[in-house]
Amino acid sequence: MADEAHGAEDGGLVFHPLDQFIVKPLFGGDAIHWYTPTNVTMWMAIVVLCIIGLLVLGTRGRAIVPSRIQSVAELLYGFVYKMVEDVTGKDGVKYFPYIFTIFLFILFANFLGLIPMSFTTTSHIAVTAVLGFGVFFAVTILGFVLNGPKFLGLFWMAEAPLVLRPVIAIIELISYFVRPVSHSIRLAGNVMAGHAVIKVFAGFAAITAIAPVSVLAITAIYGLEVLVAGIQAYVFTILTCVYLKDALHPSH
Amino acid sequence: MATEDTAVEHGAEAGGAGMPQLDFSTFPNQIFWLLVTLVVIYFVLSRIALPRIGSVLAERQGTITNDIAAAEELKQKAVEAEAAYDQALADARAEASRIVGEAKADIQADLDVELQKADAQIAAQTAQSEKAIADIRSGAMDSVKAVAKDTAKELIAVLGGKADAKTIAAAVTARMKG
Repeated sequence: MADEAHGAEDGGLVFHPLDQFIVKPLFGGDAIHWYTPTNVTMWMAIVVLCIIGLLVLGTRGRAIVPSRIQSVAELLYGFVYKMVEDVTGKDGVKYFPYIFTIFLFILFANFLGLIPMSFTTTSHIAVTAVLGFGVFFAVTILGFVLNGPKFLGLFWMAEAPLVLRPVIAIIELISYFVRPVSHSIRLAGNVMAGHAVIKVFAGFAAITAIAPVSVLAITAIYGLEVLVAGIQAYVFTILTCVYLKDALHPSH
Repeated sequence: MATEDTAVEHGAEAGGAGMPQLDFSTFPNQIFWLLVTLVVIYFVLSRIALPRIGSVLAERQGTITNDIAAAEELKQKAVEAEAAYDQALADARAEASRIVGEAKADIQADLDVELQKADAQIAAQTAQSEKAIADIRSGAMDSVKAVAKDTAKELIAVLGGKADAKTIAAAVTARMKG
């Protein structure tokens, strides 16, 4: 995560906690076109390789009694499958591959981002916003395709007193459109904040007197970040399931 | 907050673009590669990984169900075998007691026959012995009679009497009866 160019500076405290998030072309050059291979490309490719390694190579034995890697793959499969089934019901199971894709991408991107010197793709709002808005649009379109105009019943509380219904509808509508924003900023914010804080403490480690405290703090926050990496992937996925449930069953 | 602000400023000076997250020039790049990544992951999952894991899990479920059924069957068999064993044991016990009874009866019959035989033998021997004793006794009586006749004859002769043998014999016999 450290940036060598700034690490060399001396004299006083040097904080560059955000440099770790800079997108750089992989093979030199300054211009970043949409197709330029960057560190984003590299770390996403590593995510893909890890997923292939775990879920394809790890399960190639197809063993009835699974190997360790295969049982991890099965555990992830079972975990997300059960989540989709529990939250969305039986008819949501056919969207399981999409949800599992999102879950695995976020999980591996988060954990790979915890490797020192690595680049965390999920710390970028560009990435999480595509995921969040992608889910939002997919779910909204799906809701209208499956339910037609009845999908709007999601905002019209039939149980509420008639006077309150328009008010509730407005609140529901606002909350519905805030969903993708909160969905994506929650993930990027959590990941970015944790990494930046670690970096700030790492900057303090340059002062001898504070160094032990700083190292302890980094260790503690790193542990917290490991937790956050898993939890944020889980939260993003289960919220996706909840939104999907609204599309499948708009009546409350 | 102050620290963070300073940090952001430093970052801004260094990177020249403030928060790298808000550097919109990198957005197309990130979005493009994200979409590529997601599509690749999706295809890997839906074409290879998920069917494979799904089939393995289903197969395992099947195996477990079969094994449980087989175990149930074996347990049933074990119960049957135990019942058969108990039955065999009870039969053997009954047979054994029957054999013991028969043997007892046989032995009793043999014993009775032998006892009867022994009784008969004892009776025969007793009779024989009694006969012998009677013979001996009657023999002894005859001898006594002869000796008495002789003695009587001799006594008469010594006393100077004369007596024919017939009279003496009759007298002796009468005396002896008396």
